[in-house]
Amino acid sequence: MVIEVRNVTKKFDTFTALRGLNLQVQPGELVALLGPSGSGKTTLLRVIAGLEFANEGQVLFDGKDAGSRHVGERRVGFVFQHYALFRHMTVFENVAFGLRVVPRQRRMSDSDIKKRVLSLLSLVQLDRLSDRYPTQLSGGQRQRVALARALAIEPLVLLLDEPFGALDAKVRKELRRWLRRLHDDMGLTSIFVTHDQEEALELADRVVVMNQGAIEQVGTPEEVYDTPATPFVYEFLGNVNRVPCRINNGKVSLWGIDVAAETHDGTPIPEGDTAGFAYVRPHDIELTPVGQGEPAVVRHVAAAGPTARIEVSVQGVVPLIEAQLSRKRYLELGLKVGQQVGIAARAARVFPASASPSPMAGSVSG
Amino acid sequence: MIAKNSGEEIFRTKINPITEGRAMRIGLITASLAYMLLFLVLPVVTVFVEALGKGVGTYFEAIKDPAALSAIKLTLLTAAIAVPLNMIFGVAASWAIAKFDFRGKSVLITLIDLPFSVSPVISGLIYVLLFGAQGFFGSWLAEHDVQIVFAVPGIVLATIFVTFPFVARELIPLMQEQGTEEEEAARSLGAGGWQTFWRVTLPNIRWGLLYGVLLCNARAMGEFGAVSVVSGKIRGLTNTMPLHVEILYNEYNIVAAFAVASLLAFLALVTLVAKGLLEWAYGHELGGSRT
Amino acid sequence: MAVVVSSPATTRGTWMTHTVLPGFGLTMGFTLVYLSLIVLLPLAALVIRASGLGWDQFVEVVTAPRALAAYRLSFGAAFIAASVNIVFGVLVAWVLVRYRFPFKRLVDGLVDLPFALPTAVAGIALATLFSKNGWIGRLVEPLGFKVAFTPFGVVIALVFIGLPFVVRTVQPVLQDLDKEVEEAAASLGADRFQTFRHIILPSILPAAVTGFALAFARAIGEYGSVIFIAGNLPMKSEIVPLLIIIKLEQFDYRGAAAIGAAMLAASFVLLLVINLLQRWSRRRMGGA
Repeated sequence: MVIEVRNVTKKFDTFTALRGLNLQVQPGELVALLGPSGSGKTTLLRVIAGLEFANEGQVLFDGKDAGSRHVGERRVGFVFQHYALFRHMTVFENVAFGLRVVPRQRRMSDSDIKKRVLSLLSLVQLDRLSDRYPTQLSGGQRQRVALARALAIEPLVLLLDEPFGALDAKVRKELRRWLRRLHDDMGLTSIFVTHDQEEALELADRVVVMNQGAIEQVGTPEEVYDTPATPFVYEFLGNVNRVPCRINNGKVSLWGIDVAAETHDGTPIPEGDTAGFAYVRPHDIELTPVGQGEPAVVRHVAAAGPTARIEVSVQGVVPLIEAQLSRKRYLELGLKVGQQVGIAARAARVFPASASPSPMAGSVSG
Repeated sequence: MIAKNSGEEIFRTKINPITEGRAMRIGLITASLAYMLLFLVLPVVTVFVEALGKGVGTYFEAIKDPAALSAIKLTLLTAAIAVPLNMIFGVAASWAIAKFDFRGKSVLITLIDLPFSVSPVISGLIYVLLFGAQGFFGSWLAEHDVQIVFAVPGIVLATIFVTFPFVARELIPLMQEQGTEEEEAARSLGAGGWQTFWRVTLPNIRWGLLYGVLLCNARAMGEFGAVSVVSGKIRGLTNTMPLHVEILYNEYNIVAAFAVASLLAFLALVTLVAKGLLEWAYGHELGGSRT
Repeated sequence: MAVVVSSPATTRGTWMTHTVLPGFGLTMGFTLVYLSLIVLLPLAALVIRASGLGWDQFVEVVTAPRALAAYRLSFGAAFIAASVNIVFGVLVAWVLVRYRFPFKRLVDGLVDLPFALPTAVAGIALATLFSKNGWIGRLVEPLGFKVAFTPFGVVIALVFIGLPFVVRTVQPVLQDLDKEVEEAAASLGADRFQTFRHIILPSILPAAVTGFALAFARAIGEYGSVIFIAGNLPMKSEIVPLLIIIKLEQFDYRGAAAIGAAMLAASFVLLLVINLLQRWSRRRMGGA
């Protein structure tokens, strides 16, 4: 099913959660809504589900306005962040619920319901726990019950709110792969909300990066990671060094390369000299023996693992710069704290300061 | 409920999936308000309307009647004895129960709550069986010319019994929630036992204590059944306000009965307002889920 | 930090652990003495007095026709009143938790009125209200509905005094109900009625039944609010507490003690039931 969100604005009392959003999801896609808390991603998911209603704009399912359709009529499978299992019902009854509340004339027979529920439970590998109550299950098992329950109504679209948020790291990874397989095998259209970039990049066909009620960028994981459209996306996805610089007639010279400044919304770069920020990924930084490149001093070394993370200070640049080197290169250079080195950039992108978000706490961070 | 056939898109898009339609909501609110109007508001209004039905002059005359005044005095006296005693008991019991671990704690709490599950009439009856003319100590008391039942001491005892748990049951959960860390800190800083209680514990429980005292007092002044059994209902001597209301009512002195009753109703309303204010302002400092 | 002595067998014996806090002996001693003098000893007197009758006579007194009629009225009216209150109590709790309307705080506070209003005052007010010339009696009596001085009046008084119980037990449970669970039901296609019937009702049922039991327990012992509106006719509209008082007034101490002991036993059974219900309620809410 094609889901289209058109100009959706959602306001709560004094707070605007969504500001005129547009988004299209194609049949069979697995889309991640990624953003920090308060970015509006859960609200968008709830508007699509029909759990909230937009103040302006439309949600279309296969081109038809779904705004007048009640959540129960939309055939969306919604998996809640804390699962929202019915705690006085067994696993079996939880999954059967959506089949039992169908009006009598359209309802399946009890034996068909039983067959369907058991097959769903075997799909989520919980067939042996069908008589248990939710409180007797582990977090991962509850998650799968919630999923089976949502799938029981044969949803046209599966919506998941932070589906792995409440699980510990190991279970999370397992379930992630399992969900991807399930999505592909069943030919679902799915949208999930997450604040975990790794999860979004690994699992999704396309990632929607959201910030302050607006969409910053939509693209494949490679696109959003390799060519972030905005400073926000740069800072939110992956590690990046944010280097203050001066833009001269639309150009910046930084550590051996010339970079043209750009704006994500097409506003022209001011003529002459203006302040800007250069964004450089740590793996796009090269350290060289002293004498070559811009002079720098090694301040911190973290060399355990396949790559070494080196923090250096560069004259005239306030934050420490993080560089990522292969272990081999690190050993070649024999880097030590206090050592003088040269720094060079392989690639960078520059945005005018007016387009950059205020630095987030620890802009160089996972 | 969703109006399935409603063609009005705007109405339908505004509905929250987990609430009811406007008509349903208004219907339910109306039904519950009507229920409360019938059983709560009308009786209270009746009290004041009947009391003032023959004018303000008659009202004050009824209250200034010597028998009424002595009933008021006895009620105040009874509360003045019963409430402080139960307050001291409540603080002591909750200190022992909340700050220490010992076996049989839940049994003790159940026993403290016991008077709540006993009929007021039985609460009076037990003292008659102990101290009445045919009671266990009846002949001994008669020999020594001490009268408890059908006299003021009996009224006070019965009142203490029915209001026994009020302060304790407010303070026990509150002090259990607060734990013992602050007191232990005070002790480790050199405070003595009383200092710890006055300076650390009491400030922490003051609003809960006030809440319990408030409810205890309302019940102490309003108790009828238990007091009615142990009182001889001797006008001017062993009549509390509620008993006086009964006598006046049974004498068909309706205005006077409601005049005295209006004082008690007023006390109840003041208690409710004070209780509401406490919950509103200090809900988090009261025990349990009183917010 | 609690200075926990390594061996549990401290100077205080094995039944409590040692802490640095003082005053356990004093407060516990006072608690036990006061409790014994005010509550336990007098209650024991009742049991002893009742047992003085001997079993056969005890049974004869507590199963006398007049007593049986009084039980029937007290328990029957208490049951009907608690049933009315479980329905309207859930309704009032629902409205107070879920909806917004003017003066809601005031209405919420008013729920506790039956706890605060002296029973004698409630009694004469209800009797007046439902009497032939009262505001409500005037309306219903022409319809052939006689309330005052009938067993129906007893029910009215017991509805009044039992009103807060169900509201106050159900309210916190409704408040803590997870909104997402209802959304889940809605997303699976349940309408509001189905959600209430299958999701909300099972969650609040233990609390509602607990409130019912509390209201019932309070109602069977109630005296003040009932005697003014009940006719107090033996065999017809005489409640058990009144029968006890009548026996006392006739100086039949043993008879009063016997019926009192029977009622006390009923109260204790109810107390036990209520405790079990509360445990059930906590399990239903707390999980595990």
